[in-house]
Amino acid sequence: MATVKVNQLAKDDLFWQIDYKHDRCTLCGKCVASCPFQAIEAKVEKRRKVVSEDITPNPKVYFQTIPVIKQVISEYNFCRGCGICEKVCPNDAIKPVRNSDHRFQAKYRATVADPFKRGGRSNLETDGRTLDKIKVGRISQMTDPSLDAQRHTFDMRAPFGRVLAPNEIPLEVDSCGRLVLKNNLPPVRWIYPIIIGDMSIGALSWRMWEALAIATAYLNEEVGIPIRMCSGEGGVPVRLLKSRFLKYIILQIASGHFGWNRIVNAMPHMVEDPAGVLIKIGQGAKPGDGGLLMAKKVAKHIQEIRGVPKADLLSPPNHQGLYSIEESVQKMFLSFNAAFKFRVPVAIKVAASATSVSVYNNLLRDPYNIVGGFFLDGIDGGTGAAHEISLDHTGHPIVSKLRDCYKAALHQGKQGQIPLWAAGGMGKNWNLAADAFKMICLGANGIFTGKLMLQLAGCVGNDMGKCNACNTGLCPVGICTQNPTLVKRLDIDKVAENIVNYFIAVDHELKKLMAPVGNSSLPVGRSDALISTDKSVAERLDINYAC
Amino acid sequence: MCRIGAIKSKEYVHPSVALRLMRSQQKGHDNSGFAMIMQDLGGVFEGYKGLPILSMACTDEGIKVAEDILHRKGFVRLFQWAPQVFPKPGLKIEPMPNYVFQVYQYPKLYNYAPQEEKEELLVDMRLAIRHELENHDLGYVYSFWPDILTLKEIGDPSDIGEYFNLWEENDYFKAKIITAQCRQNTNYDIVRYAAHPFFLQGYTALANGENTFYEKNKNLQKKLYKGYIGFESDSQCFLYTLHYVHKKLKWPLIYYKHTITPIPFEELSQREDGHILANIRASLAHLEINGPNTIIGVLPDGTLFTCCDSKKLRPVVVGRDENTVVITSEVTGINDILPNRDWQDDIYPGEREMVVINDELEVVRWQQ
Ligand code: SF4
Ligand code: SF4
Repeated sequence: MATVKVNQLAKDDLFWQIDYKHDRCTLCGKCVASCPFQAIEAKVEKRRKVVSEDITPNPKVYFQTIPVIKQVISEYNFCRGCGICEKVCPNDAIKPVRNSDHRFQAKYRATVADPFKRGGRSNLETDGRTLDKIKVGRISQMTDPSLDAQRHTFDMRAPFGRVLAPNEIPLEVDSCGRLVLKNNLPPVRWIYPIIIGDMSIGALSWRMWEALAIATAYLNEEVGIPIRMCSGEGGVPVRLLKSRFLKYIILQIASGHFGWNRIVNAMPHMVEDPAGVLIKIGQGAKPGDGGLLMAKKVAKHIQEIRGVPKADLLSPPNHQGLYSIEESVQKMFLSFNAAFKFRVPVAIKVAASATSVSVYNNLLRDPYNIVGGFFLDGIDGGTGAAHEISLDHTGHPIVSKLRDCYKAALHQGKQGQIPLWAAGGMGKNWNLAADAFKMICLGANGIFTGKLMLQLAGCVGNDMGKCNACNTGLCPVGICTQNPTLVKRLDIDKVAENIVNYFIAVDHELKKLMAPVGNSSLPVGRSDALISTDKSVAERLDINYAC
Repeated sequence: MCRIGAIKSKEYVHPSVALRLMRSQQKGHDNSGFAMIMQDLGGVFEGYKGLPILSMACTDEGIKVAEDILHRKGFVRLFQWAPQVFPKPGLKIEPMPNYVFQVYQYPKLYNYAPQEEKEELLVDMRLAIRHELENHDLGYVYSFWPDILTLKEIGDPSDIGEYFNLWEENDYFKAKIITAQCRQNTNYDIVRYAAHPFFLQGYTALANGENTFYEKNKNLQKKLYKGYIGFESDSQCFLYTLHYVHKKLKWPLIYYKHTITPIPFEELSQREDGHILANIRASLAHLEINGPNTIIGVLPDGTLFTCCDSKKLRPVVVGRDENTVVITSEVTGINDILPNRDWQDDIYPGEREMVVINDELEVVRWQQ
């Protein structure tokens, strides 16, 4: 009996197995050349062939050595199922096939003694999405006619900035019976209720980031959709900092403070204020975990923008010295408010968690009126690299948490004063408008979206383990890699165009939802417009159950 | 659907005029109720101008409960008046056992109290009475305020008129301002509290339509002031916002319209007062309404006004002669009670417009 090395990694351990049709392959080599993971290679196989060349049967056995494409069996160069080889093969000779019997993560940990890491998406979704169990069930008829989505004008703006209670606004009645302001107020910007955010240069290739920035500027200047984009924690190119387009960018600062050196240096040269500042405390994809940019992705330009050497870049899970909401957060808020002379709203982003409501309650009571927004990021969000254990096993779904926060504000009678922005799996069913509308009815002022933008740019990954290689620096479509060859695969103009087109469609679709409920301005907190066909969802979110 | 109307006159007007105003619009409503608020009273109440009047519809025990509450606090009853009723088989009406209009003297303790304190006291008293009546199912208290009477009834407005003998003019029961509505609140439960006009601390509001932002209005209002309760009808929100903006925040009346139907953001940026309006819009986003509504309101000083939602999906018309101004849903009503007016002076307000009638019956109009 032959000996077998049963403990070695084998093809049937892997997530994906390469299905290669030798008879169709012309050995053009395109697949091998295009697989960024080196998960396939050119090899030779010895083949036994029986032929008969006579008139009567006269079989002869030949042995031939023929070139083939083979899958690499390795803990490092394993196939991700991205399908690039299939895309480039002119003869349909190769494709990855999902292996439902795989046990790769166990083998990986057992061999490498290291946590398994991958691109940021949860792959453990068991039931359907909550938002898909909610419908817009209150349709205006007769006594309250619905509107015409094509012809009516809609006033779709959401606040970014600290909104004061009416009795806190320093107003005075002048001699003409008009209200006048006695003092300055915290800045509030009225923007589109969807923010593109917040993915850094570094996590994203510079081309991808640029495509987002171009789309944002185009949407604002040519289409009239006042959308904003959040920079992510990785700095902003100086050229953009000094340009008038900065007004569409929300600058992010996180625990690593990456890129802020340059931002601060650019301040005297800024011709426009940024749209806002977002202090990231936590993110939904890997709550409690800081950002992680592998050294592989820290290319020269990234080192420059961030002001760092080539090394793994870890944003600490916590902001140094930030231990109480009352003290340290306020210090931080104050310093950023002051940095732009209180002209630029400063908001906070946290991972949705069992504790979000307490944090929000605290902020709402903040006597300094400095918190310009509460960004809640639920599980299902995120794009970067993370430990699988964080991605799959930590985090809080966003929908009920957003609702809880809105209700906390309602309980205090302070709804809208610190605008609520929510994210985490928005547009996962490809329909961002539906998700945005439902979240707004549940109490959000707006939503933010990231991963969907990558899908629009051509990301081939999904939530069932396809690709998910964003951590490797080898993104096969050039979205989240700094590898110059791979980055070139991304067509900046095309990506920007797709994103612009998508938002034009979203804008129409949002109106298509506002019209039947008869509203021309955003129905924030109008949960009476929603129904759920799932009793527990209806009960939890305090909306009508329908069946 | 509701039909609403308001009459403001230099002379005292009998409720029969209000009934006529509403009856001619009956195709537009469903004849399920009639309610009115009379302000600036004449007739038997003329001599009691500064003293609070309790308006209730309740059982015998209800009267006792209310009187006990007021007596305990030190209020002294000075005068009471009840409309004579004329029950007849076949009248479509669901009457309460008693209709009570009692005039009270403030407690001695409040002789030198500031006006504001007295005003809060009246609200506290009404809320306490309402609470007790509700708990024991003893009836309804609508208002407790100087120079104000409220009557709300379920049934056919014509029959209600007959029951109270409101069709026949007399000199006992008159007012210079009468606001009225026909129809019970058929969208929701038939509850007397749900019938317009609504009243709070001198402010009256009635509306036509459906408040699609009811939930967000209500959620915010509940926290703003103790008197913002009930919400039996989505239109109560219009009153509470009016009270909040004008009385609590002390903003001029023009800001009521800016609060409920703010100007679109794009236009705000081009206006001189844009930043003030933007701040108001942000701060009171939850008091915005999104139609379709027409609102008629009365302020404590007798100022009458009307405005609509920004989509202008509900009708309203203002007609007048030298002595009387009428605001109502349909012009037929005005034709009926002011047949000799110059109809070319009628005003059909636009979606941005606010029409205000002051005490001299001067009409002031402005665009938001
Ligand atoms: S599917 Fe992707 S990772 Fe797998 S072999 Fe093909 S190109 Fe390489
Ligand atoms: S295509 Fe790129 S962005 Fe998409 S999952 Fe793969 S590595 Fe990540």
